[in-house]
Amino acid sequence: MLTFTCPYCGVVAEESELTGGGEAHLKRFGPGSSDAEFEAYLFTRKNPKGVHFERWRHAYGCGKWFLAARDTNTLEVFGTYPAQTTEPPADLIAAIKNKRPGWEGWK
Amino acid sequence: MSTRLAKGGRLLDRSKPLNFTFNGTPLRGFQGDTLASALLGSGRTLLGRSFKYHRPRGLVASGVEEPNVLVNLGRNARLEPDQRATTTELFEGAEASSQNHWPSLDFDIGEINDKIGKLFPAGFYYKTFMAPKWAWKHLFEPVIRQAAGLGAAPKEADPDRYEQTYAFCDVLVAGGGVAGLAAALAEAKAGKRVMVMEQTAFWGGRAPVDGGIIDGLAPDEWVRNAIETLEKMENVQLFTRTMVSGLYNHGYVIGYQRVADHTPGDGRPRHRLWRIRAGLVITATGALERPLAFAGNDVPGVMLASAVRDYVVNWAVSPGDRVVIVTNNDDAYRTALAVLDAGLSVPVVIDARDSVTGALPMAVKARGVRVLEGRGIAKVLGRKAVTGVEICAQAGEGGVIETVACDCVAMSGGWSPVVHLFSHVGGKLIWDEAGAMFRPDATRPPIKADGTALARAVGAANGALTLDALCAEAGLAAQVEPEAPLAPVWVMPAGAKEALKFKAFLDYQNDVKVSDVQLAAREGYTSVEHTKRYTTLGMASDQGKLSNINGLAILSDALGQAIPQTGTTTFRPPYTPISFGAVAAEAKGEIFQPLRRTPMHGWHEAKGAHWEPVGLWRRPYCYPRAGESHRDAVNREITNTRTNVGLLDASTLGKIVVKGPDAGRFLDMLYTGMMSTLPVGKCRYGIMCNENGFLMDDGVVVRLSEDSWLCHTTSGGAEHIHAWMEDWLQCEWWDWKVYTANLTEQYAQVAVVGPKARMVLEKLGGMDVSKEALPFMSLAEGTLGGFPARVFRISFSGELSYEIAVPANMGLAFWEALNAAGAEFGAMPYGTEALHVMRAEKGFIMIGDETDGTVIPQDLNLGWAISKKKDDYLGKRAQARVEMARPDRWRLVGLETIDGTVLPDGVYAVAEGHNANGQRNTQGRVTSTYWSPTLKKGIAMGLVVNGPERMGEVLDFPGDGGVVHKVKIVDPCFYDKEGEKANV
Ligand SMILES: [Zn+2]
Repeated sequence: MLTFTCPYCGVVAEESELTGGGEAHLKRFGPGSSDAEFEAYLFTRKNPKGVHFERWRHAYGCGKWFLAARDTNTLEVFGTYPAQTTEPPADLIAAIKNKRPGWEGWK
Repeated sequence: MSTRLAKGGRLLDRSKPLNFTFNGTPLRGFQGDTLASALLGSGRTLLGRSFKYHRPRGLVASGVEEPNVLVNLGRNARLEPDQRATTTELFEGAEASSQNHWPSLDFDIGEINDKIGKLFPAGFYYKTFMAPKWAWKHLFEPVIRQAAGLGAAPKEADPDRYEQTYAFCDVLVAGGGVAGLAAALAEAKAGKRVMVMEQTAFWGGRAPVDGGIIDGLAPDEWVRNAIETLEKMENVQLFTRTMVSGLYNHGYVIGYQRVADHTPGDGRPRHRLWRIRAGLVITATGALERPLAFAGNDVPGVMLASAVRDYVVNWAVSPGDRVVIVTNNDDAYRTALAVLDAGLSVPVVIDARDSVTGALPMAVKARGVRVLEGRGIAKVLGRKAVTGVEICAQAGEGGVIETVACDCVAMSGGWSPVVHLFSHVGGKLIWDEAGAMFRPDATRPPIKADGTALARAVGAANGALTLDALCAEAGLAAQVEPEAPLAPVWVMPAGAKEALKFKAFLDYQNDVKVSDVQLAAREGYTSVEHTKRYTTLGMASDQGKLSNINGLAILSDALGQAIPQTGTTTFRPPYTPISFGAVAAEAKGEIFQPLRRTPMHGWHEAKGAHWEPVGLWRRPYCYPRAGESHRDAVNREITNTRTNVGLLDASTLGKIVVKGPDAGRFLDMLYTGMMSTLPVGKCRYGIMCNENGFLMDDGVVVRLSEDSWLCHTTSGGAEHIHAWMEDWLQCEWWDWKVYTANLTEQYAQVAVVGPKARMVLEKLGGMDVSKEALPFMSLAEGTLGGFPARVFRISFSGELSYEIAVPANMGLAFWEALNAAGAEFGAMPYGTEALHVMRAEKGFIMIGDETDGTVIPQDLNLGWAISKKKDDYLGKRAQARVEMARPDRWRLVGLETIDGTVLPDGVYAVAEGHNANGQRNTQGRVTSTYWSPTLKKGIAMGLVVNGPERMGEVLDFPGDGGVVHKVKIVDPCFYDKEGEKANV
């Protein structure tokens, strides 16, 4: 059972307090977008073995959505941050690069 | 034969005899006995039959690794199969019986399997039961089910109590031997919150039996001091009879405490499951001795050397008068000394090593015992009990050099660290060539969320197998006889012929022999995981305890590769089986899941409502009266509602308030319709889609004020829709100024429905509910019959209808007031089934009936509820996909059988031709179907290819038993199409 620190309320939350929301930093494509863009938005997910940015909601706590960087292989959590951003914080990216020198970046 | 010794037994209290039975025979043991030691002490050595061949089996081990002696314990509701005799503490009145034999343990018909054992090679099941196809179900499976399995399952509910508890600690120490206690002392003195869990009832592990001096003290004394010190520390919790059964992600640990197995009926919970979050787990789980693979190594009386000395030293049980020792290491000589000290005889020690010079062997020789070098056992003599051994050269093929009579064989193939916990969540192992063992790799431990180590192995579990090695690791001083290196021995003798290997068991519990693993390798099973499943090596409760390394070594040898190249199978929790009772604990019966009750729940219950579960709610399905069937009740409720007035508890309806300067803009994105233009005090039906364009929820939206809207959702949907709103607000449009609040449980809601609904409200008084003051699809707020109320003029039945919300704490009083005021107008409560039939009569869709996650609003002719003016809403882009605009989509229609009967639910309309699977093509299906007491005929709704363009067409809907229903496509609105009834 995983644990994440909720960046809003500071609680180290058990997985059973959370609901997962899949990949983070998706860009929404609405009316007017091409079929390819819309397909990518709806269905194409990264699914890496390694560093993954993902959405979690502290559903049975403060109710807030937050984002997390986690290694899908070792399950190490590099950090969590509020959802109101379009990209991961620079210091988190630096910390991940430090731990995973071969990492190709989040995009 | 085995017997109880007159003296000794460090764990026994001879002043407290205990009575128990085995297969109905009364026997006697002592406080401190295990069931195993008490049976052995009573002269019982034949204690079970093996799983596949039904070979006679006795005790091999003295602890958790015991493969053979699994018994039925207790009776009736307290009958529990497969209880390990070695870990079952004896208690007064214990009833045990052996398993897997018929008609008796001594005479077992199934033993024939052993005689024809050559017909049951590795992969037997896979090879035999492939063909013919019919035979599996009708022949093989019934026969196997009859013959297979060990114990019997109880047929009654478990009367015992189980519980779970949560804990947090800095350090959890798994194992209360010297290494574990030393680690606990160090961590506790450093100020850490420490929990120590020991699976047995006693502290100290092997050291008190194996001997030596720790910090100048005998092991028993050192252990006593350590426990006394730990007990005094406030930051330490000590648990015996508690096994750390598994490590899970991020430091989650399960501890399994057998609280009252040894004191049944004393009122305490039987087992307690500890759910722990640990900062660090120190695995001090010791090591398990390995058997040697020689012919007849499973005959009752052949035991692990360590088990023999455990029985002698701990429980004063002699496993035999003449104990032959067979070994590849020095440690087994401790058993020779223990046996000699107990006054028993050791006719010979058979050592596979060519040169034996260690201190322990010298001590044994000095006692006059013959020690044979470079020798092995060719074969054990005896069938139900050991009568002797044939001795051969270890390097040879099994030619007999001499035969020695004995009634017990103590074997030792070296030791394997218990690496299970370290490995459960990804800790890696390394192969230790000198010790011929896998041990934890400290540089690749399992990790926690922050990437740091979750587990550290200490002592024998870390490969420090001798007392001096583990004391050096722990910073303690030790005095103990030095041990010479072992010589790996995987098969005895090294060149054993097929006939010998065929009786050399690797996995006793699953009857897997050396020959089976070699056959698997010959047949191409190169992966250890595949070999495990093909041969069943290490399956069931063994899980790599006794069988693991020997099996891996033999597979590696057969494949011509080194052991680390073969690797190990995956270690999975639990370490040993834990009870289902502990896993379920209190989550059963009424508290299996929470029950949500509306404020009127008790009233419905008192009126004998028949319940329908809706999410976690219970809603009245109908209110049957004496002598009424449910169907009668539903019909009565419908007719009364359409004729007089009905009352529905609609409190479960989701109620979410959306408020703020951008609330209108937000709802325009959420709903397909336009909500921002809704005037204050007005209601509008709204539908929500997901980004795939599919319908997900519907309900009436009410504008409460300039900046706030009330969104009604389906009964099951409130939480989900509220979460959906929050997702978009928090993660996509976080700069929009909107708040949401799920007020579902803050309001009770009642639908007052029917031609006389207005009269009931006027009788209550306090608000003008006339057509003029409160027209259809509008809201009024005021005081109704003294209750603060919001009155919505909305209808889900086609009748004149009001839905009235009052504060939840007034819900019951309001409901009772409505019933009282309505009495003179014939008011009756109605349930969900009447609600569903009435909505179907009107052709209104129901989320979950007409929708299934693949239906878009356009399929349901709900185009009118989709705004054409909006640039965007959730699902709009998806609905523009080619697939969604196909002309042959399945669309909503009404369906009527030609003969007026009720269509079965879920049936399909067939089309011409067949699909690729030879099934009839289909062109539609039924989504809702009911008897309409209003129309006196069956009515249904369904989705049919291009249905609305095919009014009047008759389709075939095949049902059960060859019946084909002839069904006409009609308008889905069966009742009051002009809407005059509601508009009064
Ligand atoms: Zn939180």
